[in-house]
Amino acid sequence: MGKDKLFITNNIRKLRFFANEMTQQELADKTGVTRQTVVAIENGKYFPSLELAFRMAYIFKVTLDEVFSYHSEDDPVLAKINKNKTKEK
Amino acid sequence: MGQQEKQSIVSMIGSVLVIGFYSMYIYRNYLSADLELLNDFQFWGRSFLYLIPIGIVVQIVIHIVFAIVNRIVTGEDMSDFSDERDKLIELKSIRISHWVFIFGFMLSMGSLALGMKPYVMFITLISSGFLASLTSEVAKIIYYRKGV
Repeated sequence: MGKDKLFITNNIRKLRFFANEMTQQELADKTGVTRQTVVAIENGKYFPSLELAFRMAYIFKVTLDEVFSYHSEDDPVLAKINKNKTKEK
Repeated sequence: MGQQEKQSIVSMIGSVLVIGFYSMYIYRNYLSADLELLNDFQFWGRSFLYLIPIGIVVQIVIHIVFAIVNRIVTGEDMSDFSDERDKLIELKSIRISHWVFIFGFMLSMGSLALGMKPYVMFITLISSGFLASLTSEVAKIIYYRKGV
């Protein structure tokens, strides 16, 4: 499931490094989730709720798009929509 | 292996033990002496009613024993805290197990519709309940490993 959704990536590992090498457990404690969930988010196996995403951004003191990036050109759903629009024209 | 995956495996073992030993107990104490009981609705009603609380108690005991053993072996406490990912996985696995049970329910009704004996329906119902609980735990393990 995770493989076909990589059009959303994250910089959590990098942000943890710049936050004095914050551990996954510390981030989990601060955001109110389990360490396994932080691991899953970092590995792109789980996409957090908007609330959790904002909480992470708040903890790292950055904006949301610095934590999570969206690559629309890789998004198969958007590609399909755009293809249909082109056909209609 | 994460804590949730371990708990799922323990639940599966618990389900297998409960259904295995309960079936054996019923067969040895009742059915081996009188197979006609299979067509007795009171027998099936009692079997179902006893199975539910016995299953719950055995599962609780197994989880307590596992928590103690896990604490001794790994030094980690079993937490019952669940976050948004745990809840999502729980919901998805319950949905799959419901589909399995619905399929089993349809099969059991189908057996009645085809004129089979009522015990076929009861056995199919118990089996589908058992399979549904196993499927739920397997689905959880897959979701925890592969992502959701």
